[in-house]
Amino acid sequence: MLFVDIQKKMPSFLLDVHFKVSSEIVVLFGPSGAGKTTILNCIAGLSQLDSGQISLNQREFHPHNKKPVPAAKRHVGYVFQDYALFPHMTVEKNIRYGLKDEQLLYQLVELMGINHLLDNYPHQISGGEKQRVALVRAFVTKPEALLLDEPFSSLDQQTKQECQHELLHLHKTWNIPMILVTHDEEEASKLGDRILKMDKGKLIL
Amino acid sequence: MDLTPLYLSLRIAGIATVIVFITGVFFARIITRSRFPGKRIIESLLMLPLVLPPTVVGFGLLYLFGNNGPIGTLLLEWFDFQVVFTWIGAVIAAIVVAFPLMYQSAAASFQKYDRNIENAARTMGASRWRIFWTISFPLAWPGLLAGLVLTFARALGEFGATLMIAGYIPNQTETIPLAIYFAVESGNRDVALFWVLSILIIGFAAILWLNWWSGRNILRFRSED
Repeated sequence: MLFVDIQKKMPSFLLDVHFKVSSEIVVLFGPSGAGKTTILNCIAGLSQLDSGQISLNQREFHPHNKKPVPAAKRHVGYVFQDYALFPHMTVEKNIRYGLKDEQLLYQLVELMGINHLLDNYPHQISGGEKQRVALVRAFVTKPEALLLDEPFSSLDQQTKQECQHELLHLHKTWNIPMILVTHDEEEASKLGDRILKMDKGKLIL
Repeated sequence: MDLTPLYLSLRIAGIATVIVFITGVFFARIITRSRFPGKRIIESLLMLPLVLPPTVVGFGLLYLFGNNGPIGTLLLEWFDFQVVFTWIGAVIAAIVVAFPLMYQSAAASFQKYDRNIENAARTMGASRWRIFWTISFPLAWPGLLAGLVLTFARALGEFGATLMIAGYIPNQTETIPLAIYFAVESGNRDVALFWVLSILIIGFAAILWLNWWSGRNILRFRSED
């Protein structure tokens, strides 16, 4: 279970959200600049809160009177909008970077059909393939929660549908809290068990 | 032909380049990634030798390292060691004048690639040290290498500050630029021409190699853009 309670001053508004995510896909839906990515960054430990608390499976990320738990120790997977694959490493090295379980690697590579890409560099593969690599790379770290920041936004319609289908399949298998940021309404309703609408740093009911 | 100036120049520029590379990368990394009051002032101070005449740098170094200067006195008292009029003085002059080039190249290189690439590594459990060596350093390497070559070239060509702090002592502080100047002064045009051609060849070879290398490297893993 992931609990999120964030207050953070943004340049033009106050980000103030409170929600929890069980083993489901929660979609954060709203216009650009509403604070969606900042929420993901706070959960991952890449941005700091002004006040509030984030906890995952009873582990508090902002313990009282102590430094926040660093991103590297949160066990929160993150798939970035532009995938952020390491451009100087092959697909296999990208995936092995945070690998916790060798068996898992083969299983996921097989499942996502990226066996033939392992020796390629990121610039040699297509957008859909990058997306699959980014997903596998996040999953092999055995995350307890997964964050996805507009992961399908740059894909063509057919590839987007394939990847969405694969994500649903992975979620069914892993059964962890996932938060997906999008501003595509169709995608939100297709993937989300629950949709949280946002505007100017607040959740809209 | 006495080749001592060549050996001296290579030794001085080589040592200065190693020191400038390590400190330049260190400061660039720390300063570009942090926010603190006075950051712009520190950055301006680090870049200052680039816009100052080398004689001003030389004057400053003479003041600091001279036998009555604050650092010079300590070195003399503690280690019985004098910097002025030694090749070590030439190394210090080369370090100070070449540092801004390395710092500037390194700072630009560390800001060139997408921050999320490092963030992704952080969320995958990597330590700062591991991220630096496996992500930041390799991605910044083309720019760092350019800085390294420029630093070496600048250190090799340093004249004004070197002359002021290290003086012209044949076989001890006689680097190629000093050898050229004093050869011309004493009417030895052939000797001067020899050293001019030597330094032209070294400089041209370094830049040519850098251009060739970076062209090849850009093709290798920057072609996704």
